Amino acid sequence: MENRNIILFLCGHFEDDLVVSLGREVEKAFHLPVCLEECKRDITGYYNPVRRQYDADGLMKMVSDMSPGAALKTMGLFRVDLFIPILTYIFGQAKLNGESGIVSLYRLRNELYGLGANQDLLLERFSKVVIHEFGHAFGLIHCHNPVCIMRSSTYVEDIDQKEIHFCRSCRAILDDCLKKYTT
Amino acid sequence: MAENISILIVDDEESVRDSLYSWFIDDGYDVECAENAKKALSMLDGREFDIVLADIKMPGMDGMEMHRRIKTLSREPIFIIMTAFASVDTAVQALKNGAFDYVTKPFDPDDLSHLIRNAAAQVALKNENQSLKEKITSLDDVEDIIGESAPLKSLLGDIESIAQSSSSVIITGESGTGKELVARAIHSNSPRKYFPMISVHCGALTESLLESELFGHEKGAFTGATLNRKGRFEMADGGTIFLDEIATISPKMQIELLRVLESKSFVRVGGNKEITSDFRVICATNRDLKSMVKNGTFREDLFYRLNVLNIRIPPLRERKEDIPLLVHYFIKKYCTSMSRDAIPVEPAALNHLMEFDFPGNVRELENMIERAIVVGNGKEIRLKDLPMGKDVISNSIESLDELEKKHIAKILDKYSWNISRSAQALNIDRATLYNKIRKYDLKQEA
Repeated sequence: MENRNIILFLCGHFEDDLVVSLGREVEKAFHLPVCLEECKRDITGYYNPVRRQYDADGLMKMVSDMSPGAALKTMGLFRVDLFIPILTYIFGQAKLNGESGIVSLYRLRNELYGLGANQDLLLERFSKVVIHEFGHAFGLIHCHNPVCIMRSSTYVEDIDQKEIHFCRSCRAILDDCLKKYTT
Repeated sequence: MAENISILIVDDEESVRDSLYSWFIDDGYDVECAENAKKALSMLDGREFDIVLADIKMPGMDGMEMHRRIKTLSREPIFIIMTAFASVDTAVQALKNGAFDYVTKPFDPDDLSHLIRNAAAQVALKNENQSLKEKITSLDDVEDIIGESAPLKSLLGDIESIAQSSSSVIITGESGTGKELVARAIHSNSPRKYFPMISVHCGALTESLLESELFGHEKGAFTGATLNRKGRFEMADGGTIFLDEIATISPKMQIELLRVLESKSFVRVGGNKEITSDFRVICATNRDLKSMVKNGTFREDLFYRLNVLNIRIPPLRERKEDIPLLVHYFIKKYCTSMSRDAIPVEPAALNHLMEFDFPGNVRELENMIERAIVVGNGKEIRLKDLPMGKDVISNSIESLDELEKKHIAKILDKYSWNISRSAQALNIDRATLYNKIRKYDLKQEA
């Protein structure tokens, strides 16, 4: 039995109440202690001037390198637009059964789509994407249940459609996986 | 669905392979990667993939050449091209060569999801189509033609060779020999097997009805024609039309039929639009068409048009050795349909069946077995369950004594061994009947 924590690396400036609430949602979802840590690294080297976006694969490697061995899973939180070579953008990514992942707030803000700011909605979207990516890190694949948090989302509207919870079958797989980490 | 779909990613850029791999793994697909076309082809040699997602520009063999080679595989996967903006023209060419779709790098995540979902749906359709085709083939197989006799083996050989051609066929044979079954076997073994076989029983229709059946009609063509209707020739497009009892069609219909066979086009009754249809004609008759041609009741030109290939089905009396196999086949068929276990046949009953001439051929035998299963004791088929056992005189050469013995036994059974009534029916006195019973050693069944 191990009892390790989840680390959220804050890569950029985030409002305190947003990240604290996010941490609580993650704790609630995985029943594991969550730590918030600030990341002081310079990420400008990951900027791609042609795409005017940040290289998600490079940032993920950076987050992975920062992870202390004691951490169970780590997630880098960013405010910048992320890309991977084959896709025009991503909200976040994590390796299946991997140790770390990254998520960006950039495309989750209403303002990007010409709508008024909505902090509650932003927290909900951010929490859903972070929990979804942690779900992959804990071995869950995409789910066909339309309201399950593990359903694949390619637009923010897709994120809004699903709930912040795992469906019964994803929850069962996750609980089985979490057993070895919780006392 | 995703867990059953396998994807092969072919791209020389490692970052592209890794990103796609992670993306599809998250969706639950079975994914493998290859860094060049050569490796991909060798992987395809070792196992089957449902979808291949390949970059069009790769060092060495490019995506187009790889697609050309993949097309020669026995089970061709769905091929999707990945391309940069600069090579869209090439991608369009790939589509013309049969690629399923193309995506331009970098892709919108939603486009990629849709593309793979559509390809997966296509894979499911292909698999379903394949299994249905196999089902259809097994249903219409020649397995329904039962027998191991030399005449039947020769018939099966004829069916096999005739099936490969598209020429017209005339099947001749006595009533009940299975002409439609042979027509179906020819169709189901021909390249037309995935298209319909349409049967028309010419003898059952009047001239005007047959015309409308074969060519179809337009709304208002005649009283009662309230809707447009496709004809059988139109329905048989790509497949086979089976014209049973062809000898019964009228001289007018013979001319119409000849015209259609020559041009493969016709006009619906009451219509004016020429319709073309690609069909193969198989006809059947139990009459001698040649003699009908001689006496002028069947057109000679139509006969030669139809009689390109000819199959004669031997009557059952010419292949008696097939009777036991047929009997067991029909027992199994009817017992299964009645949810019963297959039952045996009493040796005496089988002997009688072997001796019988079957003027109604296999159909008559089938009806006899069906009846015997229905009226019998459910444990075995006995001689008395067969109609021929009662009503039909055996064709075997028997002595008068043997016939007398059988007849007396039958009468005694009929009157439950009541000697007085049996003697009365036989028109002999009781003492004579006792003597005959003793002479022939007849015993009442327990």
